[in-house]
Amino acid sequence: MLAAIGVQSMDELLLDIPSSLRIKALELPAGLSEFETMAEIASLAARNRVFPDRLTFRGGGVYRRFIPAAVAAVTSKPEFYTAYTPYQPEASQGTLQAIFEFQTLIAELTALDVANASLYDGATAVAEAAMMAHVHTGRNEVVVPGYLHPEYMEVLRVFSEGRGIKVRRGTEPGPKTAAVIFQQPDFLGLLVDARSLTESAHAAGALAIACVDPISLAILAPPGEYGADIAVGEGQQLGLSPSYGGPHVGFISCRKELVRRLPGRLVGTAYDKQGRRGFTLALAAREQHIRREKATSNICTNHSLCALAASVYMTYMGPDGLRQVAEVSFKRAHALSERLAALPGWEPAFPDRQFLNEFPMRVPKGPAVVRKLARKGILGPLDVHRWFRELKGVLTFTCTEVNDPRALDELVAALES
Amino acid sequence: MADRRYTKTHEWVTVDGKTVTVGITDYAQSQLGDVVFLELPSPGRTLGVRESFGVVESVKAASDLYSPVAGKVSAVNEKLSAKPELVNSDPYGDGWIMKLELTGELPPDLLDEAEYKKVTEAGAH
Amino acid sequence: MTEPLSFEKSRGSAGPPRLPDANVTAPEPSQLLGPEHIRSKAPGLPRLSEPEIMRHYSRLASMNYSISEQFYPLGSCTMKYNPVVNETAAALPGFAGLHPYQDEDSVQGALELMWRLERALSAVVGVERVTLQPAAGAHGEWTALRMIQAYHHSRGDARTEVLVPDSAHGTNPASAALSGFHVVEVRSGRDGRISLADLESKLSPSVAALMLTNPNTLGLFERQILDIAEMVHATGAMLYYDGANLNAFMGICRPGDMGFDAVHMNLHKTFTTPHGGGGPGAGPVGVKADLVPFLPTPTVERTNGHLTLDFKRPKSIGRVRTFYGNFGMLVRAYAYIVAMGGDGLTQASRDAVLSANYLRKQVEDDLEMPHDGPCMHEFVASARNLAQDGIKALDIAKALLDRDFYAPTVYFPLVVPEAIMVEPTETESKATLDAFGAAIKEIVAQAKTNPQALHDAPQTLPVGRLDEVAAARRINAYLQGQSDDPVLRWKAAEK
Repeated sequence: MLAAIGVQSMDELLLDIPSSLRIKALELPAGLSEFETMAEIASLAARNRVFPDRLTFRGGGVYRRFIPAAVAAVTSKPEFYTAYTPYQPEASQGTLQAIFEFQTLIAELTALDVANASLYDGATAVAEAAMMAHVHTGRNEVVVPGYLHPEYMEVLRVFSEGRGIKVRRGTEPGPKTAAVIFQQPDFLGLLVDARSLTESAHAAGALAIACVDPISLAILAPPGEYGADIAVGEGQQLGLSPSYGGPHVGFISCRKELVRRLPGRLVGTAYDKQGRRGFTLALAAREQHIRREKATSNICTNHSLCALAASVYMTYMGPDGLRQVAEVSFKRAHALSERLAALPGWEPAFPDRQFLNEFPMRVPKGPAVVRKLARKGILGPLDVHRWFRELKGVLTFTCTEVNDPRALDELVAALES
Repeated sequence: MADRRYTKTHEWVTVDGKTVTVGITDYAQSQLGDVVFLELPSPGRTLGVRESFGVVESVKAASDLYSPVAGKVSAVNEKLSAKPELVNSDPYGDGWIMKLELTGELPPDLLDEAEYKKVTEAGAH
Repeated sequence: MTEPLSFEKSRGSAGPPRLPDANVTAPEPSQLLGPEHIRSKAPGLPRLSEPEIMRHYSRLASMNYSISEQFYPLGSCTMKYNPVVNETAAALPGFAGLHPYQDEDSVQGALELMWRLERALSAVVGVERVTLQPAAGAHGEWTALRMIQAYHHSRGDARTEVLVPDSAHGTNPASAALSGFHVVEVRSGRDGRISLADLESKLSPSVAALMLTNPNTLGLFERQILDIAEMVHATGAMLYYDGANLNAFMGICRPGDMGFDAVHMNLHKTFTTPHGGGGPGAGPVGVKADLVPFLPTPTVERTNGHLTLDFKRPKSIGRVRTFYGNFGMLVRAYAYIVAMGGDGLTQASRDAVLSANYLRKQVEDDLEMPHDGPCMHEFVASARNLAQDGIKALDIAKALLDRDFYAPTVYFPLVVPEAIMVEPTETESKATLDAFGAAIKEIVAQAKTNPQALHDAPQTLPVGRLDEVAAARRINAYLQGQSDDPVLRWKAAEK
């Protein structure tokens, strides 16, 4: 090959690199065989403790749920996972159609007009939605009532600072407010009055941004039904493993008046000369590769493969399966909450508030409870005091369809011991 | 057309008393390709010279529009919302974009046809 | 051969999958929740049986080109083979099953992997520390700019501008703008490299950083990089490295040694994590000592073999996403680095440069080469020489699809008209490169003999060229209330 190029040695191809910059070698160990590589990786995996699904009662944004085998069977097809971004639509119809179906599924679930191809995660979805509201209204403040996921809040702050947007905790939007951002159910699992929060936003001329749990929408009124302008959320529960926090998938949908402000990729239908329907990237003129510094966002990619997993999951479940999953989780959580409230000194932290399948309990010696459960092989509740000073002794428990009734018995027995 | 004037950012203007009509040039539309969308200003808005007032988009490109003169928007071409392709087919006629009521004088740096031609030739590599 | 949408295949008679019952005594949601909380109309998800679903997605899969089946010479994208062992590694229950809020003591292996990956990436690019948090390259760019901004602020220095070359990736100016910077473009000179005179004229005490990739997007090494670094640093600004082109020189040289202060890396390019049809990726950022205090929280720390997450970093810009990054992608990248080793990574880059120069030679008589070689890991050609036949870069791209090749990147960088940007990577055989070169020759010959065939390409795929203009106009008609067809989603016909 060197001869074909017309050089004597590899070094002739590297002459543009100043010799003072050349290094002798990388300070890394030598390569390994596949067998040795896996042995090393597996030894690291073995140093982690994995709690069984059924004995996991911790949520806080990442949940254990039943994942149908169909999900991995589809996402592990190399035609999906080793494909590039669908810039050449004719050779990417599989990916494009899958994204189009994802967009439709999310739009249906949230009851809004249009969803995009996905974002990185729930937190960046919240931040991107705030940017949309800022650009749309020309206002420089967002108001966050109640318990938004603390990491979403932090990401929102970091994004907003760059754009000169103020993030204010509170319930009263004002004339400078671009959006009211609320989470339903909130970080503690409690339901908020989404309808009146939306109305208060609109009364102030601001947008209402609802951060929602996708599974909850099988039961709960979706953002479109109560008039929210933008819905965002984290899609991990739709067929993705916890994987120490990622990769997961953010979603965003909105009313059609806001579509031109949506960040990231959008796929739409288009036709070829023979009249065949296909799918292609659409409204690209909003995006960074064309608009550069004037783009709606700097996002270039999406989380296609995770969105694909979510699509397979939602299609597998259908409307009735999704409802069944949500209802089983609801009932198990309510049964558990009754039993936990009967423990001496334990009480619901917010007894007047409703919840679905995650709920806060006020308990004596919270951290000790969590440690005790771990010793018994149970991934116990989340101690939320770490983020909220006023929530000392408050632990949030999560129940889903994977926590069978015997697992609830084991949890309660461990707490009673 | 002798009384049409141009900008380096590829807008054109014609003046009728205090009313100025604005569009994009034939060169601009040919560079953009098939126009699919225009973001237009609201009538009543006041614009300064070279102030950005909208965007014209094709599938592969997007370009900001800059007001060649200072004035108040008196009309926008409503036809463009349903038929943006008029910008391609008739950039100096039915593809006009907005009308302004001029405040003050025309800026001195507007180009005549010959000067604008030099700009496009220099830009065309 | 197209496939109906899942929504179009949906049949009301397909029952839901069998799922567990609650088997506990508890009220129904409607008994506890107020009616204002209850959904009034079920979401319109499709109803299909598992065999129908599997067949649907198998058919969709068959409509994709992918690195597992085709050569993907996409410039700037580094579409190298994705070793399958990476997937096995990431799927290990000891990684996939970890909850992000487990106690540190129970995730020592995960933290150790992140720490070792950070050390390895630091060694490759020559920096002090690396954050693994950003989810993608653009996210990494923005994270780096926020750190640079925080650094200047901490010194009471309110710098407002970021310099970006005209040949830069679109994400560079977008990331800078999103950080609140004013973007100033720096021109390329005739040789395709940044113009030092133009750079000099744009540098000022308001400039926070120069964003650069080296080799640049034309595949050319910025020979004067040390001078550039000196000029930038002399004004107090920082030098940011866009890591899209890192595959060109692993083990040969390092951005840290060139004078870059912050370096982002794309694990989905250089370190073989799969692209997934457009993500998830991972865009770690490496920084020199000056920027270390500003790294996102948490960082992974290691003391006497014990690993912890450090959240107490007072100067940190804060977190840029949830948890600790796209951990599953970090496992894959680490598996790749372990398997390759320092020697393997070095060889990979040398082979990538060799492949690009070899392929460049194969096509240099057929397409115009706007810049002199040798190139690094990619090169940019121009289809301008076919303009007289009415053939554009896009026609060549589409004709390649018919020949079972994915297309190179076209119309980028913007500074080259009719650009065709080719990056073959080290994982392609000489036979594949020869076949690609032959395909280009054939297409260029066809431009003279039968240009219409090129305009009509592709013919062999599920659909031909799609009318994107009509699609965009339909979308805008919908958005302006002139049509009920949303175009961006499927919608049930009104009954």
